[in-house]
Amino acid sequence: MITMGIDLGAKFIKVVILKDNKIIAKSNVLAGFEVDKSAQKAVDNALKDAGITKDNLDKVISTGAGEKLAPFYDETKSVVGCDSLGAVYLHPAARSVIDVGAEEGRGMRCDETGKILDFEVNEKCAAGAGAFTEAMSRALEVKLEDLGDLSLKATEDIPMNAQCTVFAESEVVTMVHNNVSKANMAKAVHDAMASRITSMVRKIGFNKDVVLVGGVANNIGFVGSLNKDLGLKVVVPKEPEFVGALGAALAAAGWIGGK
Amino acid sequence: MEQEAKYPTEKLKCWQKAKDIRMKFYQDYVEAHDKGGLRWAGGAWTFDAIPAGLGDDVYPITSEPYSATIAFDKKLSLECMEATEVKGYPRDLCSYMRNYWGSIITDKFAFGYKDGEFVPRFQGAKPIGFPKPDFIWQDHICCSHAKWYQVVSDLEGGIPMYTVDNAVGPSHELTDSKIKYVVEQLKDGIKFLEKTTKRDYDDELLYKAIRNHFVSTSKWAEACALNKAIPAPLDEKSIYSLYVLGTLQKAGKQVADFYEKDLLPEVQDRVKRGIAAVPNESFRVMSDTQPPWSFLSIFRYLEKFGCVSIGSLYTFGLIGQWEVKKDGTWGAKTIPNMEFSSRDQALYEYVKYELHKPEWQHFYSCHFKSDLMIRIAKEWKLSGVMLHYNRGCEGLTVGIAENRLALLDAGFPVMAFEGNNADEREFDEARTKAKINAFMETLGAK
Repeated sequence: MITMGIDLGAKFIKVVILKDNKIIAKSNVLAGFEVDKSAQKAVDNALKDAGITKDNLDKVISTGAGEKLAPFYDETKSVVGCDSLGAVYLHPAARSVIDVGAEEGRGMRCDETGKILDFEVNEKCAAGAGAFTEAMSRALEVKLEDLGDLSLKATEDIPMNAQCTVFAESEVVTMVHNNVSKANMAKAVHDAMASRITSMVRKIGFNKDVVLVGGVANNIGFVGSLNKDLGLKVVVPKEPEFVGALGAALAAAGWIGGK
Repeated sequence: MEQEAKYPTEKLKCWQKAKDIRMKFYQDYVEAHDKGGLRWAGGAWTFDAIPAGLGDDVYPITSEPYSATIAFDKKLSLECMEATEVKGYPRDLCSYMRNYWGSIITDKFAFGYKDGEFVPRFQGAKPIGFPKPDFIWQDHICCSHAKWYQVVSDLEGGIPMYTVDNAVGPSHELTDSKIKYVVEQLKDGIKFLEKTTKRDYDDELLYKAIRNHFVSTSKWAEACALNKAIPAPLDEKSIYSLYVLGTLQKAGKQVADFYEKDLLPEVQDRVKRGIAAVPNESFRVMSDTQPPWSFLSIFRYLEKFGCVSIGSLYTFGLIGQWEVKKDGTWGAKTIPNMEFSSRDQALYEYVKYELHKPEWQHFYSCHFKSDLMIRIAKEWKLSGVMLHYNRGCEGLTVGIAENRLALLDAGFPVMAFEGNNADEREFDEARTKAKINAFMETLGAK
């Protein structure tokens, strides 16, 4: 059985193709302003990578903020539902999943099958999502991909009190004027973001098997701050940005964890 | 995802009558002076049987439902909000209050006339200004209520105002002295009304109004209790349009008659015939606090998952009066069977009855509210609960996070969404729908 999962996130469109529940292809394309064209490109790239055509697909599930903009799909499924399924597939012990994407942060508890038991989503706030690190990297004039490594060089904890990206940016400006090092500021950014996410996750509770997914999981500085706040070491799968699309493809295949 | 119909459904026959009563309420208020009558303003919770003793030509406007009406008119609501903010009032105050103040500040009433017919402004009514009340009759239990009308009085040039302090503690701790504390205020209030309006007070009209109050509040609860049936005969979006009559004039004969003689028999008949509000009903949830009035479509959105929102403590208990029945279940409060022989006696019975209002109890402790919500979740056989973290109403939202934990502990899945009952700028429809999608998945709807 060949299935496809499409995750139309706020910034990137991820596609995963499974054959008998094994990954045979994937693609990742910047969503940009013409999301429908980007989605087509992401799907085409994945099909090309798998060496198949659309007609070979048995079922397609779309998820994400732009789920309805996928070029084709049979069903939609919630992001939290896809995340938990993908996380349990990769780490069968996973019962708590945190997804930090470009636009939203989400926390969820699931059972051994990957079914959601409870979830929480940050609302109307970029401070717990990837958009926050993007804004802060601009303010610090540091490449986004370098922000994580930079923060590991921090020498002290600087609290960032703002609850909002806009105010946080002005707080960074104040830090610049106070000659706070970029490394310390980068750490302050990650600590603040981890604090938002931890606060959200504590509402639903978590156990020791926490899987962190979404593009921001690639940020080593944020992962360190989150581990410190949660008091444990989260599991970060390889290529965590694909977990939502993987879960969608698994759902299309009817895969259930714990079997 | 679209579920197949499992039950027969049909429109409510009394629907148009409910709409007509509501429109006439506002029209009566606007035209009161034309007929030599009086206008008064006050909250939906106020003891509205008291001004009824001034005559049959005394017409109220109640602030919360009027403000919800403005909220439904997004353009007018934004004008009202911005006008209030320009005056210096902050955005975190009660959003009903801000809409109401804005309507006065902009002098734009939410209703008017179109081709001689009285219609809402958003239906093309010729704009009219906010008709000033002759006096204000208010109560104070919510943190905003008395202050709300203090500002109204100031904005409108010092309209005479009387406020009753009815925050005397939860109903299970009610004592004779607490009841008399409120009764004495009402007696003083009657003197205030006589002095302000220069009218003689008629106790017989008071007695009739109190009886109407008993009927309205008890029969509304009885109709809500019928929603324990599967399938539910009423859905919450419809309930919002029906409960509102009790918030307009619960002591009015037209409201009491509607609940007793129109709505209740029809709902009883729907239960008997298995008529569903949502024909594909597979899941049952309840909400809490006022909804985001500009986005009632989210309740229709639930239906595509086969989910019916059966109501809430808010819609059941804001106006409805309840009691624990002999079998331990929650049912409509028994209407006191007595004749009134004096003002003192009538007021005592009125106050004693009214201080049991369920929506007043959780001002004293969130745990009372949790207990009531868990009772509803069990007796109305719910699959889950949707909680509105309502930034527009501190009074009804305080403690809601505690309610969430209690419901989870009792085994009911809970989805919380943020929003605002009357300030649409604080509600994100797309994200709320995305949350609903996920919540429905957890209930097994996908």
